[in-house]
Amino acid sequence: MENIKFVLEKSARIDKLIDDLYAKMPEIESARALLITESYKQTENMPTIKRRSAAFAHILRNMPIVIRDKELIVGSFTVGARGCQVFPEFSYEWLVSEFETIGTRSADPYYISEQTKAELREALPYWKGKTNSDLAKANMEPDAYEAFATHNIYTPGNYFYNGVGHVNVNYKKVLEKGYHGIISEAQAALNKLEITDADYINRSNFLCAVIESCKAAIEFAHRYAELARETAEKESCPVRKAELERIAENCMHVPEFPASNFYEACQSFWFIQLLIQIESNGHSVSPGRFDQYMYPFYKKDLDAGKITPEQAQELIDCIWIKLNDINKVRDWASAEGFAGYGMFQNLIVGGQNQYGLDATNDLSYMCIEASMHVPLPQPSLSIRVWNGSPDSLMIKAAALTRTGTGIPAYYNDEIIIPAIMSRGVSLEDARDYSIIGCVEPQKGGKTDGWHDAAFFNMCRPLELVFSNGVDKGVQIGPKTGDVTQMLTFDEFYNAYKKQQSHFIKLMVNAINAVDLAHGERCPLPFESCMLDDCIGRGKSAQEGGAIYNFSGPQGFGIANNTDALLAVKQLVFEEESVSMAEMRDALKANFGYGLTGAAAERVTTEIATELAKEGIEINDKVIRAIYDEVATAKSIPAEKKERYREIKRLIEETCPKYGNDIYEADMFARDVANSYTKEVEKYKNPRGGVYQAGLYPVSANVPLGAQTGATPDGRLAYTPVADGIGPASGRDVKGPTATANSVAKLEQGVASNGTLLNQKFHPSALAGMSGLTKFVALIRSYFDQKGMHMQFNVVSRETLLDAQKNPEKYKTLVVRVAGYSALFTSLSRSLQDDIINRTEQGF
Amino acid sequence: MSVYNTKGRIFNIQRFSIHDGPGIRTIVFFKGCYMRCAWCCNPESQEYDIQIMIENGNDKIVGRDVTVGELMPELLSDMTYYRRSGGGITLSGGEILAQPDFARDLLCACKENGLHTAVESTGNAPFENVEKILPYLDLYLMDIKHMNSAKHKEYTCAPNERILENAKKIAQSDVELIIRTPVVPGFNNTEEEIRAIAQFAASLKGVKEHHLLPYHRLGQDKYAGLDRNYALKNIEPPSQEEMETLLKVAQESGLYCQIGG
Repeated sequence: MENIKFVLEKSARIDKLIDDLYAKMPEIESARALLITESYKQTENMPTIKRRSAAFAHILRNMPIVIRDKELIVGSFTVGARGCQVFPEFSYEWLVSEFETIGTRSADPYYISEQTKAELREALPYWKGKTNSDLAKANMEPDAYEAFATHNIYTPGNYFYNGVGHVNVNYKKVLEKGYHGIISEAQAALNKLEITDADYINRSNFLCAVIESCKAAIEFAHRYAELARETAEKESCPVRKAELERIAENCMHVPEFPASNFYEACQSFWFIQLLIQIESNGHSVSPGRFDQYMYPFYKKDLDAGKITPEQAQELIDCIWIKLNDINKVRDWASAEGFAGYGMFQNLIVGGQNQYGLDATNDLSYMCIEASMHVPLPQPSLSIRVWNGSPDSLMIKAAALTRTGTGIPAYYNDEIIIPAIMSRGVSLEDARDYSIIGCVEPQKGGKTDGWHDAAFFNMCRPLELVFSNGVDKGVQIGPKTGDVTQMLTFDEFYNAYKKQQSHFIKLMVNAINAVDLAHGERCPLPFESCMLDDCIGRGKSAQEGGAIYNFSGPQGFGIANNTDALLAVKQLVFEEESVSMAEMRDALKANFGYGLTGAAAERVTTEIATELAKEGIEINDKVIRAIYDEVATAKSIPAEKKERYREIKRLIEETCPKYGNDIYEADMFARDVANSYTKEVEKYKNPRGGVYQAGLYPVSANVPLGAQTGATPDGRLAYTPVADGIGPASGRDVKGPTATANSVAKLEQGVASNGTLLNQKFHPSALAGMSGLTKFVALIRSYFDQKGMHMQFNVVSRETLLDAQKNPEKYKTLVVRVAGYSALFTSLSRSLQDDIINRTEQGF
Repeated sequence: MSVYNTKGRIFNIQRFSIHDGPGIRTIVFFKGCYMRCAWCCNPESQEYDIQIMIENGNDKIVGRDVTVGELMPELLSDMTYYRRSGGGITLSGGEILAQPDFARDLLCACKENGLHTAVESTGNAPFENVEKILPYLDLYLMDIKHMNSAKHKEYTCAPNERILENAKKIAQSDVELIIRTPVVPGFNNTEEEIRAIAQFAASLKGVKEHHLLPYHRLGQDKYAGLDRNYALKNIEPPSQEEMETLLKVAQESGLYCQIGG
């Protein structure tokens, strides 16, 4: 018999709320876009920060509000379930251009009505030249822009097109003081200023914007109180009527005032979470240590006999559902990179408190239970693990892992605490870390972490070594020399590092350009009032008001580059069985294999476009001929083709591969990873903070892999690059312990913006209590070796294949993608395949 | 001579094994077996000679000679996992008692490095070979397949007298002994037979557990790869219900019983 703590019954309400949530395709709504445009037109002569708060207040006073049937926690982002709003101040042109395709695209489709299209077509042109994205581009060096827009070496696309998000605000402060208390704090700060102070104007503008935002938040809650009262009056069912009356009371009291009980704390929490996402469309707005800041309210009610664990569980379950009721539309390329309607609201339980003692409490378990009751992608539930974590918490978490939703992810206090301390975070703050978005650690309530600053595809600089820095006919990288003339492996390896360092510099310029734009055009007074020490410093987080400031660009492709470099070392320089010219030609010829699917179509288009530029007439026949060649590589002479394929076989069968607990290969991977992380940490950002690298691609390994030619590890052109810091798909053959040992050899502490290790298990590996305890032992052992993060897919290959065939049967099948979980059927086909192909660890 | 120089013949090392003894374990598969069980899922383990087996269309060499010293680094590389899970090393086969000196020295080296040790063995060997390994062994996972010697011989090519005799002797030692029975349809999947084995197991001093391992067909392709005939082609693995029924029968002995390792 399995003895798992806090198995609580699920109330009937929960399944009904889930069914309602997924009844329809999510829809794009226009209300917010129309309201912000209206407000901006009226405030053109005001300072930016006040325009922001005026617009926020205008939106909150006028956006349509709705209380869904059976809800206990209220406050909705859109009228329709799981809908999304539009944020034209960040960027909008992509949306207009995708109006006709957005309903049918492969990743994250959205319904958009003709009326919404018409309204947006009228309102959005106001923003031409005024968006955050426009300013970011203007700030950027042309080379830095081209390297991402044309050459796909890296992408700062997330914050270039969208809000930043990636924050864990001080929820505790709002729960304990209310926005009324924050207004008083801002007012007190305002009173202390002298109008003659040099920075008086900026400070008072900011503080006034904070006050206006907080007042608007309170008014918004009061609108809900009014709606609840009206609905209650019309309600015939006495039970629901009483619920609505209670909701009305709650919304009159919070978030304006301190929460006086657990139910109010839950409602207040949800308003905070919702309002941050109405102010800006940045994703990864992460609740953080929910079990810690909510516990005092629960404990007080429980001790006073005012609540039962079952009642509290129902409220937590309701919050879990609300976290799935919020959505974000992205351009199609970003949608591929963040596939699965990801909102990345990371909520973490367990771990140490600021004094270094274990902080696990009843709510830690009940949050895990909530993810069992509500098996949906949100929140991204995480577990903090250290030597003092109780086994019962680990077993409870493992039982959740076993359900196959990819939730939770596990994080290791023992490496994360020193890692972020090495970036200047105090010991007490470091112990109180939470996780943002996918895997990024920070001290909540004090940090503007810019954790998703960019993705850097490490395979691309390696490609450029073979072309002497030329891409698409342009010299974009340094001239590292004719690759066939390189005499030693070190010369080759150094050329790679030189290419990489060059593009890291350009990437830093691109990121800083975007960073400055946010400070200038889209400061966020509401979010900032919940981040220390913005009120004290009198400026928004976007302008450097937070205590800790970072920029975190992620590198990925370590496994491919390690295997590739080792193959070049062995075959070209040691055995001399393949010449460098042959290797170069084999890569160019995709090892003698044709391209398939979307890659073949895209390359055909690219070639046709090039030919057209040279004045060649392009007709159907020419296109067919190009496609034929691209798909079959038939113009390559047979003997060459055979040789190229032979080279691929040599690479695959005779060269060492990262991920198999081979010391030399793993230590080489460590060096490759450091070539990125230790270069990135040299730089500083405009908010007075430092750069810190992460090592993970979210799901960008698929779309950015689709922009990467064949690599010397035998990877074919335009196929996915390895996910996370794990081995390349299918190349780890020695089981999960060997894989984990390899990955633990990387210097993960230097990647203080986070690392990510995906593991896939067959469900039978976690069967019974014995399966769970061995699974927990596996996690603990990886963490003993200072691994930072681990997450799991526990779905059989057969299930996933069946879901591809019969998506209608699997509408709510949730799988782990990267640092988050998503609905399997909402992912693009290529990402689905990527997940299926990850090595399955059986036994 | 140091135990680290002793040489033996193995055909596989499997890490992260979670069904062959407690915790997370690494299994070393010995090559060569005295018996020829019709259901054997590792037919490549039976011959002592190094063989070629066709696997997914490719030739694969099965078997290699290694010294204890050469094996130890790989066996120690999952030390953290053993420690966290209470796991260790399991020697399996083949029949490890067919290479008794190698088995003894490998177990000795494991103990020297603080590892928990287990063997999977039928015990079908002169007891002096069994005695060699006992001082270095924590857990003996012993197969008892059938109580009727003629039937035993029909399906495994060996009678069972020596096995049962050795089981009694092993039970007298300090080594923990667990009895395991592969449940093979048509051979021993009757209530009478399982009851008889369970009662024998319960009669052994110190034995506390009896595991029933359902027959599976995972090794079937390997027979073709070795150009051999698979005798049990038409046999279906036992159903979950059937296993549950037999489990209840085994439990009558008073031992702790479970399905699977």
